[in-house]
Amino acid sequence: MSRITVVWALLVLATLASFTLRHGAAMGFRSATVAILVIALIKVRYVMLDFMELRFAPRALRMLSEGWIVLVGSILVSLFLGNAQ
Amino acid sequence: MTPAYSEWIAQLNLQAHESENSLRRLPGEAGVWVFIFGDLIVFSLFFVLVMIDVGQEPETYRQSQGALSQSFGLLNTVLMLSSSWFVAHALRAARNAQGAVASALFGFAALCGLCFGIVKFFEWRAAFAAGHTVNTNNFYMYYFVFTGIHFMHVLIGMAVLAAMAIYSRGAILGERQLRMLEGGSCFWHVVDILWLILFALFYLIRM
Repeated sequence: MSRITVVWALLVLATLASFTLRHGAAMGFRSATVAILVIALIKVRYVMLDFMELRFAPRALRMLSEGWIVLVGSILVSLFLGNAQ
Repeated sequence: MTPAYSEWIAQLNLQAHESENSLRRLPGEAGVWVFIFGDLIVFSLFFVLVMIDVGQEPETYRQSQGALSQSFGLLNTVLMLSSSWFVAHALRAARNAQGAVASALFGFAALCGLCFGIVKFFEWRAAFAAGHTVNTNNFYMYYFVFTGIHFMHVLIGMAVLAAMAIYSRGAILGERQLRMLEGGSCFWHVVDILWLILFALFYLIRM
C-alpha cells in the first residue's frame, strides 16, 4: 500500500474519531473541543506533508506551513478556552 | 526533464521520510504558493472571527449547530479527503508517464468535488426549508458566508481538475507541464485543508 493510501486511511479514521468526540459523552465539552481542534490541525499537517509533498520541499516553506498550523491552532484553542471560562 | 527534477521525483517514489540528505524542491510555481498563503491567511481570519463571535453566544451556537446535518458534513469531509487521494495519485501517474491513468484519476477527483456540491445543495436546501438564512443569527451568517466562499473554491478547483484531466491525457509531459499539474494539485489540497477546519468549527466543536 502506498504511503498516500495509508495517510488517507488515517485521515478518515481521525475524522471518525472527532465525530465520536462530538457525539460521545465520554469527555467534558472543553476537552472534547480542544481535542477536535487539535485533530483537525494534525489532519491539515499530513495533507500538507504527504499530499502537497512539503516533506520534500525547501525547509523554509515547510516551516512557514507548520508555523501557520501551530499559530492557527493556538489562537483557536486559546479563544475557545477564554470563552468557555 | 532536468536531472535534479528526475532525482527528486525518484526520491518521492522511494522514500516515505525525509532525511538530512533529501533533495528539496518547491512543488509547482512560486506564484502558486503566494496565492496559497494569501488564501490561508484570509481563511485564518474567518476562523478567528467564528471563534470570537460565536463563542460569545454559546447557547445560539449549540442550537444552530444542532440543526445542521452532521452526516452531510461527515460525508463531505470523506469526499474531500478522497478527492485529495485521487489527485496525489494522479500526479504520481503523470510523472511516471501514465497519462491515461493520471487523466482518469484527476477526473475522479473532480467527480468527488461534484458530489461535494450535490451534498452541499441538499444541505443548504434543508437549511433554507427550516427557515435558516444569513440573517438568522451570527452562527448562520458565518456558516453560509464562509462555507459559501469555500464552495466557490471547490467550483474553481473542479475547473482546474477538469483542465488537468484533459491536459495530462496526451503525450509524455515535460518538467514545465508537470510543474503546472503540481501547482493545480496543491490548490486542490488547500481546498481540502480549509474544509477540514471549517468542518471542525461549524459541525464538531462543542460549546
